[in-house]
Parts: sequence; C-alpha cells; structure tokens
Amino acid sequence: MNDTIIEVQGLEHRYGNFTAVDGISFSVKKGEIFSFLGPNGAGKSTAINVLTTLLRLQKGSARIAGFDLATSPGKIRESIGIVFQEVTLDRDMTCWEILEFHGRLYGMPRDERRARIDELLSLVQLETKKDALTKHLSGGMKRRLEIARGLMTRPKVLFLDEPTIGLDPQTRMRMWEYIKQVNREGTTIFLTTHYMDEADLLSDRISIIDHGKIIITGRSWELKNMLGEDLIYLETSDNDAAKDILRDMAGISEIRTKSRGLILVVNEDGTRLLPSIMEHLRTRGVTVTTVNLKKPSMDDVFVHFTGKELRDEGPEKPSVAASRSRRGRK
Amino acid sequence: MVNTGFTTIYWRDMIRYVRFKTLLISSLVQPALWMAFFGIAMSASFDRLTTTVPTIPGVPAVGYLTFMGAGVIAMTTLFTSLFGGITILFDKNWGLMREIMASPVPREHIIFGIALSGMTKSFIQAVIIMVFGLFLGAQFFNGYTIPETFIAILGILLFVGTFSLGFLFLSAAISVSLESPEGLQGIITLLTMPIFFASNALYPIDAFPEVLQIISRINPLTYLVIGIRYFAVGDDFQSIGVHYTATSGDILVSYAALVIFALIMFSVAWWRFKKAVVT
Repeated sequence: MNDTIIEVQGLEHRYGNFTAVDGISFSVKKGEIFSFLGPNGAGKSTAINVLTTLLRLQKGSARIAGFDLATSPGKIRESIGIVFQEVTLDRDMTCWEILEFHGRLYGMPRDERRARIDELLSLVQLETKKDALTKHLSGGMKRRLEIARGLMTRPKVLFLDEPTIGLDPQTRMRMWEYIKQVNREGTTIFLTTHYMDEADLLSDRISIIDHGKIIITGRSWELKNMLGEDLIYLETSDNDAAKDILRDMAGISEIRTKSRGLILVVNEDGTRLLPSIMEHLRTRGVTVTTVNLKKPSMDDVFVHFTGKELRDEGPEKPSVAASRSRRGRK
Repeated sequence: MVNTGFTTIYWRDMIRYVRFKTLLISSLVQPALWMAFFGIAMSASFDRLTTTVPTIPGVPAVGYLTFMGAGVIAMTTLFTSLFGGITILFDKNWGLMREIMASPVPREHIIFGIALSGMTKSFIQAVIIMVFGLFLGAQFFNGYTIPETFIAILGILLFVGTFSLGFLFLSAAISVSLESPEGLQGIITLLTMPIFFASNALYPIDAFPEVLQIISRINPLTYLVIGIRYFAVGDDFQSIGVHYTATSGDILVSYAALVIFALIMFSVAWWRFKKAVVT
C-alpha cells in the first residue's frame, strides 16, 4: 500500500449519455513510469483530466499521493505536475516568466522559486533561452519548457498527456531521455500516448485502453509474451488451405488472417519451427511466396487485445463529438 | 499561508499590458483623442448654444469641455473594464487557463487578479484624461488648494476604481462563460450603447423622456459621473444652463450604489467561475 502512489477504483466519466471513461481501476507504484496506451478518443485525456482535478469526479474513487480525489482535490493539485497535450505556453512571455508565474501560482517562496528555475532551465537545456519569448522557441523546446514547468513544484507525480505528439523523431527520442532522467530522479510518471514505441520504450507498465475501458495491464515484455514467443508472417498460394493445414500443428498457438497473408503466433522458438512449417505446407501442395519472422511488437500486442490496428491519426482534438462519432462507427 | 494567487494573475496581466506596445499606446492615446476631437468639437457647439440660455446668477459656470471631461473619464473606464475580462477568454481558447485552473489558486483569485489589473489600467487612463483635459482648458480642480486637489484626485480614483471593478467582474463572468472573443465583442457593443447614452455622461438627464430617466437612474455610469463631477468640478456649479448641486450625502449614496453594483457583479462572476469547467 505504501508504495502505491495512484490508486483508482471504478472511475467513470460521462458527457451527457456518452461514457468516455467506463469504470477503470488501476494502480501506479511510486517511482514508476506508467502509460495509458490507446487510440485517440479512447478516454485517455478524460481520465487524466479527472485525475488532475480539471474535471469533476463523477463516479468511482481515486487516491493520488495519499489524498482522496473526492475530498482533497486541493492537496492533490499541490502534489502533482501536469504537461497538457496541446502546448499551453503564453506566446508573449519569456521562458523565465513562464516558470516564475507557475511557481508563484503554487505559492513557492521567492528564493526557492528562483533557484528551481535555474536548475530546471539547465535540466532541459534552455539556459540560453531564459529571456526568449516562447513564441520564438522550436516545438521541442516548447515541450521541454512545459516539462520544466510541470516539475517546477517538485511534484510527486508528473502527468504527461501525449508528451511527444507532433514532434520529429529525433526530438521525440531526446524527450524520452528527459522523461527517463526525471523519473530516475524520483518522480513518478503517468503518461498517455497513442504511440506504441513510446509506451514500449518508456514505461515500466502499460495499460491498454480502448472505448473507456482498460483491456489489459502489464509490463511490456509480459504483454508481448502473452502473444507467444515469435510471430511468423506468411503469404502463400492458398492462404485458406494453409490455415487449415497449420491449424493443428504443434507450436502454433494462433493463426490470424491478414489481407494478403497469415500471422502465426508461435509459442516456441520461431527460427527452429519455421523450416518444419515450410516443409509441412510444401508436402500439402501450398507454395509459400513470402515469409517473415519477428518478435511481437507493441503493435501486435495492441492488435491482439483490441482486435484492431492503432492508426496514427495525428494530433488529436479531444472533443465529445469526435469521440462520439468514433464510437458510432464501431 | 496566505494565498497571494491574485497578485500572480495581476503580475502576468500587467506584463502583457506593457509588452503589447500597440495595445498600450492605443489605450493611452484613445481617451486623449476623445477629449481632443469630440470634446473640442462638442464644446464649441454647446458653448455657442448655451450663450442664449440665461445663466443662473451667483452660481459658477463651467464650459462644456469641463462638463463632459467627467463623462469621458467614465466612458473610458466603462470600455476598458468591459474589455478587461477578455484575457480570460483568450487564455481559455489558447489552453492557458488550464494551468491556472489546475493550480491550487482559488478561483476567486483569478477574478480579483484580472479585476485589479483592469482597475490599474483605468487609473492610468483617468489620470491621462485629467492631465490632457487640463491641457486643453478644462476647468478641473478650479480654485482648489493643492491638498484639496490631491483629495479630489483620490476621490475620483475611488469612484473610478469601484465602478471598474463592477464591470470587470461582469466582463470576467461573461468571458468565462463564452467560447469566442467575437461573442464578447457583440455583448459589449449591446451593453455599452444604453449604458453610455442613457446616462449623464455627455448631457443632463433632466430633459430625457421618463423611461430613459429611469434607465439612467439605475445606470452605474450615472453614479460614477456624479462622483467624478463632484470631485473634479465642485458641489455647486452650472453648465449648459443646468444647475448642479451635490451634498456629501448624495455622494455617499452614489458611491454606495457603485459598491452594491460591484458586489452583485462579483457574485455573478464567482458563480460563473465556480461552474466553469476548463479542459
């Protein structure tokens, strides 16, 4: 109990009669990086908005940093830092002013505030931009400044809502380094993302969330192991026949049909199983035209548990209407 | 620990005020232009017409420029205050309000911070109008000693401050409830017309039809103008043929009206802020 910093039970949030968050329960341990991985409109932002007190708690309970969300939202506010999904920097304030403003909002004493600002500007390598207006910063710099702002008050938990959305690949990797460094220094991190690689590389544990529900929670390798050891992709002259032939073969735990081929989920070393699969198909008159073997990725995990591909839809505009129509399409 | 969140909000809004040079300069020049163009043109016409009106013997007469100077201070305060809450609307649209809403700062501090910075801007403008008015020949503080002038300026600022708070609270309440700056623009235009013209800012209300007179008597702007004229011109004067007197009792009543107005507007703003959800 003592090493749990976020404890959520049956959290539910509705907009009118649309249920954005549908009874989720999870816990985050102190010092962890915990991710919500899910498509846009899955309810990630709504959940984060409720946990950070921006939306009123409707149903369920949550304890964050030892405080109850229903009875002490003010205490929770003092204990957390937030980096929002969209850039929320005043274009016409300098980096220093952004941090000074934030420190003052949280009632930090002047000396502590000033020392912290210098410390954070050097952490995110923005010392030279101290007096630059934020409108003159690059996208990556803005994000770093926002992370610095989220850390200003030395929060116990830092909430990051889609921290690398809209950043180029190199900047994203640097952001991950910053996030890891912040975590190593003792801050628990709760992040939401719709990027597989981000959840995979960054988090200690991941909850896959879809349609407002947590589908599964676990460490990245645990989730992948649930899929078996390896994945084999085959394209053959007759996929249906191949499927029938391989259905009862030892070592294959699942066969999934793709548009042009098959994915075999195997529960033993695929490199050793593959020759006998090929042989098996050849003797039954099915020609293999393409073969590929890989370890399960987060994408495969996601497809396996949600039954659909996670499309990268670019910047999300979290609106009730959009989530509704997404929901309606299902 | 005493929460000083409102000083933080105030600090940021003032940074923005001095940083936007065009906004700053136009807000300072605009009231002066009213005095220079509208004031001089109108006073030239009014003063020519009022020469035909018999003056009341024994009562000091002041020119129209002096008379309307009080109205220009009041009008400028009205406009500045009604627009004062627009920061909230921009902050909401740009997502900046979330940082504040997620912080431990109590919501009433947001209202106070914005109101204080709006009040500061109104003070600056009021002083500019007074100085520029004197320069143009308005007879403000005529025959006052230096301590009397000082007290008169404080009295004007007290009235201006209280009045501006009322409209800043209203502006904050509207802004936090709206989605777009265009909406605020529309509402402000609708409000300023009756408030400005159904008042004693530019002309005496005695000649109004009854309905307009009633409107002008419940109009906070009227009470602000009464206060400013009392302090800037005096308690017994005539202008455009109308005799104005005011006792300290009248002034207290006027001030009380502004205080009540500000309190009502604060409760409206407070209610809107309590209900506001910003994500």
